[in-house]
Amino acid sequence: MDEFPPRLSPADAALLVRRQRGRNMAMLIGLVCLAALFFAITIVKFKAP
Amino acid sequence: MPALATGAALPSVSTADWRDWLKLLKPRVVSLVVFTGWVGLAIAPGHLHPVLAFTAILCIATAAGAAGCLNMWWERDIDALMRRTAQRPIPAGRIEPNDALAFGITLAVLSVLVMALATNIAAATVLAISIGFYVFIYTMWLKRRTPQNIVIGGAAGAFPPIIGWAAVTGNISLMPVLMFLLIFFWTPPHFWSLALYACKDYGRAGVPMLPVVAGPRATRRQIFAYTLLLSAVAVLPWLLGYAGRLYGATAAACSLAFCALALWVLLDRQDETGLSMTGDKPARLTFRYSLLYLAILFTALGIDRIVG
Repeated sequence: MDEFPPRLSPADAALLVRRQRGRNMAMLIGLVCLAALFFAITIVKFKAP
Repeated sequence: MPALATGAALPSVSTADWRDWLKLLKPRVVSLVVFTGWVGLAIAPGHLHPVLAFTAILCIATAAGAAGCLNMWWERDIDALMRRTAQRPIPAGRIEPNDALAFGITLAVLSVLVMALATNIAAATVLAISIGFYVFIYTMWLKRRTPQNIVIGGAAGAFPPIIGWAAVTGNISLMPVLMFLLIFFWTPPHFWSLALYACKDYGRAGVPMLPVVAGPRATRRQIFAYTLLLSAVAVLPWLLGYAGRLYGATAAACSLAFCALALWVLLDRQDETGLSMTGDKPARLTFRYSLLYLAILFTALGIDRIVG
């Protein structure tokens, strides 16, 4: 009978952690870029005649 | 089993990495969309601050990616049946369908809102319409119902030059409509050339592409007819005075070559059912040329604007 709850092998667990970290980092970069973009748009709009 | 009794869920182990998320956005399709959108923006009369122009192009790319993502979410069942698409992240099980849906909706909403903020309501409205057209009209309604799916659905891919133009001017005039028509009439010969040699895949998935429903012979006739129509539309910007001689000469020469290829597809050596006996060599070449054709014509429009 399968173990419940299922346990990940150490290699799978490490891979999972690595991918979660990658996703978190991608999310962080995306949000920082979005904030920078909004900042740039606002500056340009303020300067527009 | 205590975990089940308390309703605990199994841990969800995603095997997707960033490349899978990128694949959801159909980057190759996005590149063509971005290019045509950029030309629409570049040749529009008026000036847009480089930061806002960059944002507009980014929004067009994001919206196209979002539409592609929602298309993959909806078509995950037929994607699993076709060799060409079976390894996409959703049918391959690397990304959960609900995650893809959330990703697509987030990007779609974000792209429209940022476009409205950076440019104007007209551009944001056309952007929203183009996403809606691709997802609801083409993907959900037409694609599995009619062999004319890509004729009408092709309009979705034709919006970017209008969006680019509207981002600069805030309105839509005849020139962006001509660019829309150029992509609109380009889509059928482009996709049907591909469908001619990939029709077994489409047939297996039950997608009523023209070669599956009407047969290869009728498809060859349609490719030729639409290429003639496309050629007439391609020279219109020059004939109506919206583009110069450089574009006119390029459009005429490239269209002649396209017509010659479409004629080759029509006259390709076939068996009694219309199936190619040359391994669909003309159709394969026409498909590749059609990509080059659109790129050359839009480049010529851009250069014509700079030198003219």
